[in-house]
Amino acid sequence: MSKAIRVAYGETLAKLGHENDKIVVLDADLSGATQTKFFKKEFPDRFYNIGIAEENLMGVAAGLAYQGFIPFASTFAVFGTGRAFEIIRNQIAYVNLNVKLALTHSGISVGEDGGSHQSIEDIALMRSLPNMTIVVPCDAIETEKAVRAAANFAGPVYLRLARPAVDDVTSDNTEFKIGKANVLKDGNDACIIACGLMVGKALDAAKKLSESGIDTAVINMHTIKPLDKETILKYNSKCKVIVTAEEHTIIGGLGSAVAETIAGTNGTKFAMVGIEDKFGHSGNPDKLFEEYGLTTDNIIKKVKENL
Amino acid sequence: MDYIEKGKELRRDIIKMLHIAKSGHPGGSLSELEILIALYYEVMNIDPKNPTKEDRDLFVLSKGHACPGLYAVLADVGYFPKDDLWTLRKAESKLQGHPDSHKTLGIDVNSGSLGQGASVAVGLAIGAKRKGLGQKVYCLLGDGECQEGLVWEAAMAASHYKLDNLTFILDNNGLQIDGRNDEVMSLLNIKDKFSAFGFKTFEVDGHNVSEIVKALKENVYNQPKFILAHTVKGKGISFMENNVGWHGKAPNDEEYELAMKELM
Repeated sequence: MSKAIRVAYGETLAKLGHENDKIVVLDADLSGATQTKFFKKEFPDRFYNIGIAEENLMGVAAGLAYQGFIPFASTFAVFGTGRAFEIIRNQIAYVNLNVKLALTHSGISVGEDGGSHQSIEDIALMRSLPNMTIVVPCDAIETEKAVRAAANFAGPVYLRLARPAVDDVTSDNTEFKIGKANVLKDGNDACIIACGLMVGKALDAAKKLSESGIDTAVINMHTIKPLDKETILKYNSKCKVIVTAEEHTIIGGLGSAVAETIAGTNGTKFAMVGIEDKFGHSGNPDKLFEEYGLTTDNIIKKVKENL
Repeated sequence: MDYIEKGKELRRDIIKMLHIAKSGHPGGSLSELEILIALYYEVMNIDPKNPTKEDRDLFVLSKGHACPGLYAVLADVGYFPKDDLWTLRKAESKLQGHPDSHKTLGIDVNSGSLGQGASVAVGLAIGAKRKGLGQKVYCLLGDGECQEGLVWEAAMAASHYKLDNLTFILDNNGLQIDGRNDEVMSLLNIKDKFSAFGFKTFEVDGHNVSEIVKALKENVYNQPKFILAHTVKGKGISFMENNVGWHGKAPNDEEYELAMKELM
């Protein structure tokens, strides 16, 4: 099946509203795009449109968290993590408040809106904040689990939610636990650690590599922080090469987090697939993924180059 | 209570804690003091023996750097022992350089980065309406702080959501770090601005406790309240009054003695 991650977010949130009356939802004039519209329709008195004011979106969410509610604050990732960064820092992360930053339209898969709307640095920003948990779901099925887990998690969580439809790569039976990586495929020669929309491409790459005799593992690192270092170190010991894959700048994202974990451990080769210190631009998302090297072929190339 | 005497006593506490800490913000702590006295001794529903009670009124010191004034009041009404005041800004202290709700009993909300308290106060007031326990939310702003755009985002939301349980109070002492507000970035008619944003506005002498109390107790319906409190930065100590140099500087030994003499 194929469904947009942001749609799975909106639908799950509306369901969760029935299960937990502490959940309230805030948006900044993008409820149709972020899909909080489903919750708004179901619970109009628990939905707050803050208008085009992302700093206030985060401040008001903090106030509601102080009062014991579980606010989900939604807007586009570039405005939420960027424009409101210091409010998130001082009023949410520093205080360790129970606010969920459910930010959509992350990465260059936003496509046609162009570089101004493509957040490529949001994981780096949120990773730098103590107390912040970061979850990047890879498909609609995992998104439902991630949203539920975030609602039940005490403390701030950044849910990085992509815009486009994506084929399911996990199933209803796949276990989801914040902070615990999912090994989607085992392997002994190479290991691809991916998140979000790159997980499907990592699986395709591993299949082709394995067919050509390179036994390749795939880890879905849905939680960037806290990072499952145990699983990374296990594959760092047994594989000859680790390649990370993310729809984010290679500076400060998943690749950096993995590099920080394995630096100085042993001689495992390491390479990153990600956006190489460039802004995005308008275009069809698939074409942009090609241009920026966020492809199955590029993952395969990086594995082979380093074996 | 004799609020003239109480004001002198609390000002002595403020000066002493800053003198011991060797840093901090006297000017705004002294200008806001009567506003805090009005809130904590006359108006707010609080219980220092039960500091987290669910239905308590909430206070946000959005101009968080003026926390020595708030700490002096919180100790005096019984949230923590007065001796804690002399640990201000030290590594082992409960009293941070800017308010910290995890470390200090009686602090409802973290603040210090200007403009943010106003936004959080809006969230608190919406939450208070949802809880339905009759909580009121009071937020004290600085005049220089109103140069932050977030204050106006918050103000817009406060009236949009008809938060008649929310009061913004402006400690209008006219000075900020780099000089007079009028020189740095003019606020022009700040009362008209809040009025235009949908607030019911009041204007008081910010060093007259009974005037402040009267304005705080005025009922408003379907709109938030704004109280413009005219104050004097450094109030109560002649050489600090209206002197921008005393925004964020601690008194040395000689200045401490002089100030304490004036506050007797």
